[in-house]
Amino acid sequence: MRRAGSRPGYPRPLLLACVLVALLAAVPLFFVIGYTISTGWTEARRLLIRPRVGELLVNTTELVIGGMAASAVLGTAAAWLVERTDLPGRRVWHVLLAAPLALPAFVVSYGWVSLTSAVEGYRGALLIVTLAYYPLVYLPVGATLRGLDPALEESARSLGLGPWRTFARVVLPQLRPAVLGGSLLVGLHLLAEFGALQMLRFPTFTTAIYDQYLSSFNSPAANMLAVVLVLYCGVLVVTELGLRGRHRYARLGSGASRTAQPARLGWFAAPALAGLGAVVVLALGVPLVNLVRWLVVGASTAFPAADLATATATAAGLGLAGALCAVLLALPVAWLAVRHPGRIGMLIERSTFTANALPGIVVALALVTVSLEIVPAVYQTTTLLIVAYAIMFLPRATVAVRNAIAQAPPVLDDVAHSLGIRPVQAWRRVTLPLIAPGVGAGAILVFLAVVTELTATLLLSPTGTETLATEFWSNVRDVDYGAAAPYAGLMVLLSAPATFLLTRSARRGS
Amino acid sequence: MGSIGRAFVVLATAACLVGLTACGSGNDGTTLTLYNAQHQDLMRTMVDAFTKQTGIKVELRRGGDPELANQIVQEGDNSPADVFVTENSPAMTLVDRAGGFRHLDQATLDQVPDQYVPGTGNWVGFAARSTVFIHNRGKVTKDELPASIMDLAGPEWKGKVGVAAAGADFQAIVSAVLAVKGEDATATWLAGLKRNAKIYANNIAAMRAVNAGEVPAAVIYHYYWYQDQAESGEDSRNVDLHFFGHRDPGAFVSVSGAGVLAASDHPTEAQRLVNFLTSEAGQKTLVDSGALEYAVSAKVPTNPALTPLAKLDPPAIDVSTLNGPKVVELMQEADLL
Repeated sequence: MRRAGSRPGYPRPLLLACVLVALLAAVPLFFVIGYTISTGWTEARRLLIRPRVGELLVNTTELVIGGMAASAVLGTAAAWLVERTDLPGRRVWHVLLAAPLALPAFVVSYGWVSLTSAVEGYRGALLIVTLAYYPLVYLPVGATLRGLDPALEESARSLGLGPWRTFARVVLPQLRPAVLGGSLLVGLHLLAEFGALQMLRFPTFTTAIYDQYLSSFNSPAANMLAVVLVLYCGVLVVTELGLRGRHRYARLGSGASRTAQPARLGWFAAPALAGLGAVVVLALGVPLVNLVRWLVVGASTAFPAADLATATATAAGLGLAGALCAVLLALPVAWLAVRHPGRIGMLIERSTFTANALPGIVVALALVTVSLEIVPAVYQTTTLLIVAYAIMFLPRATVAVRNAIAQAPPVLDDVAHSLGIRPVQAWRRVTLPLIAPGVGAGAILVFLAVVTELTATLLLSPTGTETLATEFWSNVRDVDYGAAAPYAGLMVLLSAPATFLLTRSARRGS
Repeated sequence: MGSIGRAFVVLATAACLVGLTACGSGNDGTTLTLYNAQHQDLMRTMVDAFTKQTGIKVELRRGGDPELANQIVQEGDNSPADVFVTENSPAMTLVDRAGGFRHLDQATLDQVPDQYVPGTGNWVGFAARSTVFIHNRGKVTKDELPASIMDLAGPEWKGKVGVAAAGADFQAIVSAVLAVKGEDATATWLAGLKRNAKIYANNIAAMRAVNAGEVPAAVIYHYYWYQDQAESGEDSRNVDLHFFGHRDPGAFVSVSGAGVLAASDHPTEAQRLVNFLTSEAGQKTLVDSGALEYAVSAKVPTNPALTPLAKLDPPAIDVSTLNGPKVVELMQEADLL
């Protein structure tokens, strides 16, 4: 049977490509499962049932729950102020509030910890991860608020609800997917976070796995902690799916919705401005000012221009290669999911998302062993590192490419065919230009992630390969903040334009 | 964004091509791969001197002692490494026991005093460092100083001592305690440290914390303090040294080792590198490098700023007996790892 917009059956080559991608993406998960089984119950118990693991569990849970809640509140409040009120300078605020996205968490952490050691421990860690990650809630909530039809709120007001109750009973429920989705991302980032927390002396599963790795390379102790971490991520993903519910949020009815009337802040404008100002100062001001201070200090002693140039070129090259690779892998998966909807397409798409629950340290541990024992030819090669990036960041690429393909109507292909263009040409001349912006956005997302990736790079990079992140880290480890500063600065410079493009397109688009 | 997307694809393709050609092009002459667990600055200096003398290039892969040692063992015959250099000897012993080393040239062994060479003759010490107790001048008075490193497990040190538990240096110190005091005493001591100690990422972070008064004292290696004093003194201004001496396990002098891998594809050149590290020229490079570690060669005088090794009265420990994996196991049981 042929449905509108879909092609009959599954084209064999496409299906084959998709299955290969899904298998590749699942390698780390298979490894973790296989390793657990081969370790055996007795050894696993010795390594897992001990106070240290309990301590890590408490630390990790406190940080994840605290960080998600704080980011949700801060991100939602900021988005509402910027999108729905008459706050002065809203455009500027939007850029400033989204800007921390260009600062990797470990750079924010560095900016703070090199200023005062008072941020060490739980409270400091909570403050710093919230400042680094709240944009992950702020951006989607802002986009949703922009797209909401004000008619619902107006109905609520006309039925006698006050502004606060309207917000709580009408607006908030509609924001649920964005808030939950954004918070879930924050949670997953926190579970995978290494550099920022190591600097703050706040041990979680990820930092403990790295410590085990340092003490014994790829050992049962490290891998057993990795299993717990993966389970933890899995629980988070499943909980989010459950909480999201099955409600429909799309607007029905013809025509376009009007722009919402901005709420009048009145006397509340002053505290709102002060609050947003404080967020910007803490999230951007403190780290950046301190970074510049260390740049000056560092430049007075040594400025290794050659090392800086090499590390920048390496990071950018790896970023480009990783982005290209991830997007190429995402294309068949997204194509299958959109153009041939069905159980197989969904299954394959979902399976590429397992990487979302696999922190970089787990992917790296798996690939070290797999490459060493099964494909020694790629051990310690750039290829393996790029494969790791592709696996880790495939979900980002898939989401972006999928949205792009979904917006390219298949009927245009048919029109091109009917006009006598061959399929390949039609793809190149009609489909590709249509999906290029979305694919480009996906590539930029992966590029950003790779340029600031630390954990997997530390474990997998070929001998002699140093990126901005690893050079930065080795200086921070030696508490040489001045020498670390130029690397941090370059990471920010590389990330800033891409982040700006993304936030701009997010504002124009959805 | 369409044009951006296209530009991106072009750039990415170019990057891949450049990457591929870079990987494909062969080197003329031998390039040795050095798995380096020593400080990167020190090894770069020593290796550059070696390259200058011999024309043999060396690539450094950095990591920690136990990390790289276990990596070499897991890599087995496939190991890309030619030479392994550590900060402490337990990692050398680990590789040696797994049969990972080649026997060293007699000429190399002859350059190094006996106490820095294991019975197997499969690796040599090329630098040494001493354990030291550091304390903030304002927070710990002279008569409060501990007589032995074992005292730090006592209740009077609760919350007052910093250690870099995950670091190879501290784990080597624990291996000395294990060698001198035995397993039971070490387990009890570690349990006391779990109660008392504040954990830092490494020795520098611990020293910085002592200097700032965040923790009154810490156990580190001597050269971190001397290096900082030689530079700005910014992180050690308020810090005093206390060497335990009296053959206490806390007076442990740790040996940095160098060895040639059994899996090396360039054994001749690799032997030359280890020979250079322990030669008069190599040892002089070490002393002049500003690393402020002790030289092992009898022919090269140690930096005059340092307390002579002979005065430190360290415990007599056979370098090949220090047991890294056992230490990790004990520290896991004490929940320090």
